[in-house]
Amino acid sequence: MAAIEAVSPVVNTVAIRSENVCRHYRMGETLIRAVDGVSVQVRAGEFVALLGTSGSGKSSLLNLIAGLDRPTSGSVVVQDRDLAKLSREELAKYRLHVVGMVFQSFNLIASMNVVENVELPLRFAEVDRDQREKLAQEALERVGLRARLHHRPSELSGGEQQRAALARALINRPKLLLADEPTGNLDSHTGTEIMEMIRQFNQQLGMTVVMVTHERTLAERYAQRLIFLADGKLVGDHENRPGTQIGGGPQ
Amino acid sequence: MKISDLTELALRNLRESMLRNSLTTVGISVGVASLVAMLSLGIGLQQLASRRLVKSGLFDTVVVTSRRDLRGRDEDRGGPTPGESRVLDEAARQEIERLPNVVEAYPDIRFITELRFDEKPHLTTISAMPASAKSNDAFEGMQGEFFSSETAPEAILQKSFAEELLGKVPARGGLEPSVAELAQPLLGKELTMRYAQRAASPQGVAPSTASSPVDALAAAAYSVVSREQTLKIVGVSDQDPESMRGPTRAKVFLPLKFAESLHVMQPTDLREISRAASDQPVYSSVSARVKNPSQMQAVEDAIKKMGFSTFSLLDASQSLRTFFKVLDLFLGIFGSLALAVASIGIVNTLVMAILERRREIGIMKAIGASDGDVKKLFFAEAGAMGILGGFVGVALGWTIGRVINVGTNIYLKRQSLPPDNFWSVPWWLVASAIGFSLIVSLVSGLYPAGRAAKLDPVQALRYE
Repeated sequence: MAAIEAVSPVVNTVAIRSENVCRHYRMGETLIRAVDGVSVQVRAGEFVALLGTSGSGKSSLLNLIAGLDRPTSGSVVVQDRDLAKLSREELAKYRLHVVGMVFQSFNLIASMNVVENVELPLRFAEVDRDQREKLAQEALERVGLRARLHHRPSELSGGEQQRAALARALINRPKLLLADEPTGNLDSHTGTEIMEMIRQFNQQLGMTVVMVTHERTLAERYAQRLIFLADGKLVGDHENRPGTQIGGGPQ
Repeated sequence: MKISDLTELALRNLRESMLRNSLTTVGISVGVASLVAMLSLGIGLQQLASRRLVKSGLFDTVVVTSRRDLRGRDEDRGGPTPGESRVLDEAARQEIERLPNVVEAYPDIRFITELRFDEKPHLTTISAMPASAKSNDAFEGMQGEFFSSETAPEAILQKSFAEELLGKVPARGGLEPSVAELAQPLLGKELTMRYAQRAASPQGVAPSTASSPVDALAAAAYSVVSREQTLKIVGVSDQDPESMRGPTRAKVFLPLKFAESLHVMQPTDLREISRAASDQPVYSSVSARVKNPSQMQAVEDAIKKMGFSTFSLLDASQSLRTFFKVLDLFLGIFGSLALAVASIGIVNTLVMAILERRREIGIMKAIGASDGDVKKLFFAEAGAMGILGGFVGVALGWTIGRVINVGTNIYLKRQSLPPDNFWSVPWWLVASAIGFSLIVSLVSGLYPAGRAAKLDPVQALRYE
């Protein structure tokens, strides 16, 4: 598998660049500024944590980067694509090929077994059946879930479900892994397993990782950079030496 | 997404909420069934009617007459004037028979005469039947046999004449005696027919003193001799082979060749006397049977060109066809109403499915499904329900039609009428019912599929 080859991170290339990006929406009478003028740059191969309390806009920013949502103003440029300028169809292609996503609640499709869930993106990519099976096997091997291929998500533990979700996120070999509170529904031991796996993808496959979390300790243990958001605004952005568990908070 | 993946996912989704989707599919199939049952009955009735009419020999027969005999009546029809029209003799008959698409042309022999049975006289109309009439629908329920040969001195009676012979006049509204009952005492019995034979004038009768112009006239003269002929009753027909002929219809039938050999005096013979004589038999009318009713017009035109008048029931059959087209249309509309109701069921089921599978749609979009993929998936689900409902519906409609047919036949049997097939499911009805069901389902799927495709993934993923 080509992707296994260690890729030396090209630290100087910009993977994600947001410029004064805003996402406002109206809820009844009030205007909610979920993301309010955030400008950040993420280098290719970086492991970035988006930190903040709930309602700080970190998930909204992640959705903008994921191409699930469109900015009200400003721009999000991922690998030289201005997401705001893509059509719905192009945005779907972007989500399919460039981005892999994992969520707090795993978001596996309940009516499908593990293999079917993992190979679902390949169906959208119109990959042939036998090729699909091969890729799904490889991805599941990588997350250590070979034994439970034909179980439904409800028959798996939380950790196993998140591994299946990770395998699904990997299957199209995206450059970007976006994780929204990936350990939020897991106990600390299982959470550590999942985080190790994400770190492995970052280091071995050279994937750029953006992880949303509210747990600062977790972010400090794994991320190379911590970005703090509050009320939709950028309030802190500094380097972190992962594993040291020491780092400065927001000023 | 590939078609195969789309189908697979759609079928999986249908299986997931088995009960609801089954009920929707049943709804569609009931709609299709009502459509199929209605239309198959309409088509069946139409086929029954046209089968009857074709077999009756009325819609594939052109009646040919000489213009000379139909003066006045045909003035506005165009064509040759009476003066230049031809004599309808044996040569003309053979010429008509040689026309393309004409199966046979036979003279109409029809006369009113007296039949004696049991020493009692009965006055009736007799007509001659060609051998081809054996396949005529009217002889289907016949008791006894068809004529043993073209020249046999045999007779087939119409049911009502058989009643007359036996003195069984049915009371109004009372139960009619069955044909078998009537035929039993009559078959094999003999009738005595008295008729006027047209015989060539014997030499002695012609005036010997005649000069030459008178001689020519004398050749056209004939004598009329009273004759008697016994006929064996071989069959009693249930239906009326000449039902469309109205009051002139015959009640006793003889084989054609035999009837010709009798040289019965025809009413038109009186007129022939004033004409130049011919050594060939001259007919008052000839019936030409056409291979296929669709060639009627061409044959009629060809015969008119020969200088004869023609008459056929083509127009009548066309207006009958129009009637059935309208009937089919109305039956189809009523049948489609049920399908329309079923289509609302599809819309409802799919809209419910969108609410239920909101999150799933969100997930699919998040991992890279395009609007088109989601739309196609819901479309495929609607289509699958449509096809499935179509197949089940056709089977159901077929069964309903069959049951109605059997039921009607039981009823007919009770009324001592012969059973028949009122119901027909041609392959094109099966194909178009399934096709129609698919189209209705897809149209019903348009709105839900569009709605599912437009779903905002962020909202959908937030939904629990």
